[in-house]
Amino acid sequence: MSTSPTTPAVHQLPEEHYLNSTYGLRSWLLTTDHKRIALLYLASVTFFFFIGGIFATMIRIHLLTPNGYLVTPETYNKLFTMHGVAMIFFFLIPSIPAVLGNFLVPLMIGAKDLAFPKINLLSWYIYLVGGCFVLYSFATGGLDTGWTFYTPLSSVYSNSAVTPAVIGIFINGFSSILTGLNFVVTIHTMRAPGMTWFRLPLFVWAQYATSIIFILGTPVIAITLLLVGLERMFHLGFFNPALGGDPILFQHLFWFYSHPAVYIMILPAMGVISEIIPTFTRKPIFGYTFIAASSIAIAVIGFFVWAHHMFLTGESTYAALAFSLLSYLVAIPSAVKVFNWTSTLYRGSISYDTPLLYSLGFIGLFLIGGLTGLFLACLGLDIHIHDTYFVVAHFHYIMVGGAVMGYVGGLHFWWPKITGKLYPEFLARMAAVILFVGFNLTFFPQFILGYLGMPRRYHNYPPEFQVLNVMSTAGASILALGYLLPMLYLTWSMRYGKVAGPNPWPATGLEWRTPSPPPTENFDVTPVVDWEAYDFKNRPDLGLTQPSGPALSPAHGDD
Amino acid sequence: MHRTGDLYGQFETLEQQKESATLGMWTFLITEILFFGGLFLTYTINRHTYADVFSFSSRTIKLSWGAINTVVLIGSSLTMAMSVWSAQVGKKKLVTIFLILTLILGTVFLGIKGIEYHDKYVEHHIPGASFDMYFCTNNPGACNLTTEELAQERTELKELEDKVGGPVAVNAHSQLFFSLYFGMTGLHALHMIIGAGLLLWLIVESMRGRFSPRWNTPVENVGLYWHFVDIVWIYLFPLLYLIDRH
Repeated sequence: MSTSPTTPAVHQLPEEHYLNSTYGLRSWLLTTDHKRIALLYLASVTFFFFIGGIFATMIRIHLLTPNGYLVTPETYNKLFTMHGVAMIFFFLIPSIPAVLGNFLVPLMIGAKDLAFPKINLLSWYIYLVGGCFVLYSFATGGLDTGWTFYTPLSSVYSNSAVTPAVIGIFINGFSSILTGLNFVVTIHTMRAPGMTWFRLPLFVWAQYATSIIFILGTPVIAITLLLVGLERMFHLGFFNPALGGDPILFQHLFWFYSHPAVYIMILPAMGVISEIIPTFTRKPIFGYTFIAASSIAIAVIGFFVWAHHMFLTGESTYAALAFSLLSYLVAIPSAVKVFNWTSTLYRGSISYDTPLLYSLGFIGLFLIGGLTGLFLACLGLDIHIHDTYFVVAHFHYIMVGGAVMGYVGGLHFWWPKITGKLYPEFLARMAAVILFVGFNLTFFPQFILGYLGMPRRYHNYPPEFQVLNVMSTAGASILALGYLLPMLYLTWSMRYGKVAGPNPWPATGLEWRTPSPPPTENFDVTPVVDWEAYDFKNRPDLGLTQPSGPALSPAHGDD
Repeated sequence: MHRTGDLYGQFETLEQQKESATLGMWTFLITEILFFGGLFLTYTINRHTYADVFSFSSRTIKLSWGAINTVVLIGSSLTMAMSVWSAQVGKKKLVTIFLILTLILGTVFLGIKGIEYHDKYVEHHIPGASFDMYFCTNNPGACNLTTEELAQERTELKELEDKVGGPVAVNAHSQLFFSLYFGMTGLHALHMIIGAGLLLWLIVESMRGRFSPRWNTPVENVGLYWHFVDIVWIYLFPLLYLIDRH
């Protein structure tokens, strides 16, 4: 394995670090340490991932046969709704920002903590309260509106527990807003001396772009869902045509947040990939400024594409044309990133370690997910594939193939920093491959199903679609194994893993210049940054053997 | 993170702490703009769609209370600004006095808002099961309206019915107006109540002499928040009270 340090030094855990500086439940529940809060989030988002995963499993089992014998049609509606709500609002959106972002942003910029540590803790509690409301809704009647809460189904006709769910998501929104606010301020004011904007790791740029969406988008969904809740509780008519309201207005307000929310999920994952690729190619990233700027561009353009979800629900042809064009534009900064990542790989000194496997998986799956997004942004084609499994496959390629791959890859990459221990490399590579295979087997058939005309959200289907559905379900079980494996061996490694040392890969970021796990104050002395981002060449402290040629050695053959 | 004097442990200098806190408040206010923005958009679209019913409904709200409240709120912004200034120049007593004045004016605003809400309650203009735009004209004794006002309201309601197609539509659309009225002013009032809580905290801290020319960012930031809430009202007043008033 090429990742172990070149010198066979035996590392030891630092005597005191953030995990053992204080003990007891109180020291965790009242902590203001961003690293501990990140772990609190890690536990809670994993919990919701399980909840959402259980619903997904039931959906896939139900769809094994054309008539579906597992659940009733009503329950089926609830399953896909609750799967979406749990996964989107309580797993995907907080996953990378609140777990990895929380842990890493201060470390990467050389700060002792986020600018507002107490608000950071508050946002976790807000998340929990919101989560409890949603769990209450799941447990007392469920939710059958689809995660989109379209009115007047959600506000008038649905017999499920919509009110607690929208209250929960409303509350949870403030958790996102506060996290975004904290990141923006921290990145502006807490950077260590010498850490200029263009020396920031690209992960931080991605978090910054994500935070902009948190701040500008989340309040809109909050107020919208509040209105839905009020409408339902007091029989008001904001979005109810029977009372003079406008359901299309709801859709505009909903997608004004919920489309940018997709970028909340994917941008941080792109940030993770931008960290992993230079590390495992031993090369500065290609086109740093372009990648940084493309994150901001995606965040900005992302606010002007929302109505492409509504091509078929009532908007003028001219509006549809504009939104179609704008949706195509998002492809440009996304492609900029993909080209830059692949260019970084070119002539790099590549070592196929687990995080890089996830990154390569990400690039491939995101490419498919992104390009099929263009199919959907195309006005004519969208009429055919709108509300079919093609859409389902498309956004799972982005959210699972993209965001979750990035998240799991990032967890592996920074696991040694978070816990001070190395995970078992062989098992981890296996899991990455299993995930990739399982994912494609689950979702690629859905593209075909959708193109052939299988609508989403239906509990049954014509018999000729069965083969593809069985493939999808089979893939889902492989995918489940791919998720269970890391959960098991990562947990195992916390106790039994090899001690990692401060910089096991080695990587160039500031976070790798402090012990693993880091001390509570992050750095013993405030670091002073006098190197550019991803500069492997001028960093003798990394212990890389420097060949005499102009570049670092081309791909070596030990993998 | 430990605190040494005014400086919290995560910061290196007081200057950095101040910059962070202020940027944090501005960022929060941007969020707030979008939070209110959803309601303003909903209002604007419905105001456009149901122009006649909205302007009629708007006229049933007492202009005088709204106008007085506008003056009260602008006055409170002045006293707030004065307390920030006092903190910056180190007049510690004045800080407290102006904060208390701001709190009093804020409370007056909320009190008047309460009177207005009560009027609407009496007139059955609160959205829900008992909402009825015809309540006053059907029960002349129940509402606090003069005979001329009642006659005027009757004629206007009649005209409206012809325009929008019957009393059911009048009721539905005016209920939409009042849903937005209570939604927007209610959210605004909630912000005022939170602001009053913040003022109370500032008053206690200020009495302990915590605010000096060197460190007064809390006063400044609560001030920013207070002015923001004030500006929201500056928009709400014409939108909700002044439609079609000649």
